Amino acid sequence: MEIQALVDKFKVGNRRALSRLISLAENGFKDARLISKELFPLTGNAYILGITGAPGTGKSTLTNKLVQLIVENGERVGVIAIDPTSPFSGGALLGDRIRMKDNYTNQNVFIRSMANRGRLGGMARATKDVITIMDAFGFDYIIIETVGVGQSEVDVYGTAHTTLVLVVPGMGDDIQAFKAGIMETSDLFVVNKMDLDGANKMVMEIESMLDLNQKVEVSRSKYENSAMEQQSWRPPVQKVNARRGNGIPALWEQIMSHRHHVESKGVLECKQLNRFKNELLDILEERFKLQIDQILDPKENPSILEDIRAITERKANPYSIAEKLGKRVIESLENGA
Amino acid sequence: MEMSEQRKIRVVVAKPGLDGHDRGAKVVARALRDAGMEVIYTGLHQTPRQIVETVIQEDPDVLCLSILSGAHNAIFPRIMELMGENEIDDVLILAGGVIPEADRAELKDLGLEGFHGPGTPLKEIVDYIRNHLKR
Ligand SMILES: Nc1nc2c(ncn2[C@@H]2O[C@H](COP(=O)(O)OP(=O)(O)OP(=O)(O)O)[C@@H](O)[C@H]2O)c(=O)[nH]1
Ligand SMILES: [Mg+2]
Repeated sequence: MEIQALVDKFKVGNRRALSRLISLAENGFKDARLISKELFPLTGNAYILGITGAPGTGKSTLTNKLVQLIVENGERVGVIAIDPTSPFSGGALLGDRIRMKDNYTNQNVFIRSMANRGRLGGMARATKDVITIMDAFGFDYIIIETVGVGQSEVDVYGTAHTTLVLVVPGMGDDIQAFKAGIMETSDLFVVNKMDLDGANKMVMEIESMLDLNQKVEVSRSKYENSAMEQQSWRPPVQKVNARRGNGIPALWEQIMSHRHHVESKGVLECKQLNRFKNELLDILEERFKLQIDQILDPKENPSILEDIRAITERKANPYSIAEKLGKRVIESLENGA
Repeated sequence: MEMSEQRKIRVVVAKPGLDGHDRGAKVVARALRDAGMEVIYTGLHQTPRQIVETVIQEDPDVLCLSILSGAHNAIFPRIMELMGENEIDDVLILAGGVIPEADRAELKDLGLEGFHGPGTPLKEIVDYIRNHLKR
């Protein structure tokens, strides 16, 4: 009921309702499901930019500059800034906003910090829901700043229309570590902090890596259909100083030409296919997981204790019990529990 | 079947005013993180409008204001006024820093709830938040 009231306010542009709906989607599967039912029909208009790169490469600082440029063009932008949850406490320190102060009070900008809540990859479970909600609200652009660790670029590449990978001078070894795979998960390279020594060298290293990769990777692509994309798109490499803004207009032009590429060559269909396949996988996993948790919880299902006793007494083996429980999971899903 | 463990306490830690360091605010932010909360840290020199916009966008359960410059008499009322304009009444608002005893009653009338001056044990702040959430 609360959701319906919020949706009504949301539809007339109430930013607090937007914010509340994001919290609800973030905190529970059931609410996320209800919200999607209401709002998903309104989506499909926002252009999604993913920004990834190691910690401290300047993702937030760059986001701040891109946001500014977008609003100067008279368009509206939502930002989802994701930081890691501490595995020890379950808490998180979300500090990306510090770099985005210029745009706090602009009514065409909405910045939301998110903790990844232990999800692997660069995004949170609910990032897809926040995208839906922001898209439905009418933002022209949605920028996702990923957690800058591990293989977060793989994750965001599966979601965003255009993915920017940030590097800084002196990261040559990391570039080597990217090796194969990098062509599959970036549309644009940004060499940030061009004011530091070694920016040109960095650009050259990436270009030569791209020369190499282009030859080998087209044939053995992990991403379905992305071989086709690669043939016609070589990621440009753009130097910027995100703090001062040098190179930002040129970067925006590169982003726009990638957008043109995406929207004009059937690439969008490939991207959508990957995106919603991932999303379905996420939702299904979570849906099943909820049911599984319930069946394994003695408070919800006391007979699990007997099942486990049967295993410890060697009267049954774990696979046979799992098989039996699996059937119950499916039954309870069918009953809409 | 709701996954209640997904519900996290969200806190915005903001530093209004002009004074130039935020060590205290950072210590509090870290302590709240270590207590399992999601803490949005916004940095120095926040105006009341920036703070309230952050509250609108981040939807926290708690707003912690850290202040040392004695500007509380101008800044807090303005923040509360903007909160009112935006119909935000379910956020627990705490203040840390140096606020003379004499001023507290007036600020309490405006809707500020907890005061935690310098040297307050961090655990006390954590417990206070857990026991006073408004939603
Ligand atoms: N010299 C220089 N410093 C920069 C530039 N861009 C960003 N920085 C600085 O780099 C530091 C990190 O910037 P952030 O934007 O917070 O980096 P980030 O990638 O968002 O960091 P995390 O979110 O923690 O992973 C800050 O001190 C920035 O001021 C630049 O172009 N040149
Ligand atoms: Mg950042």
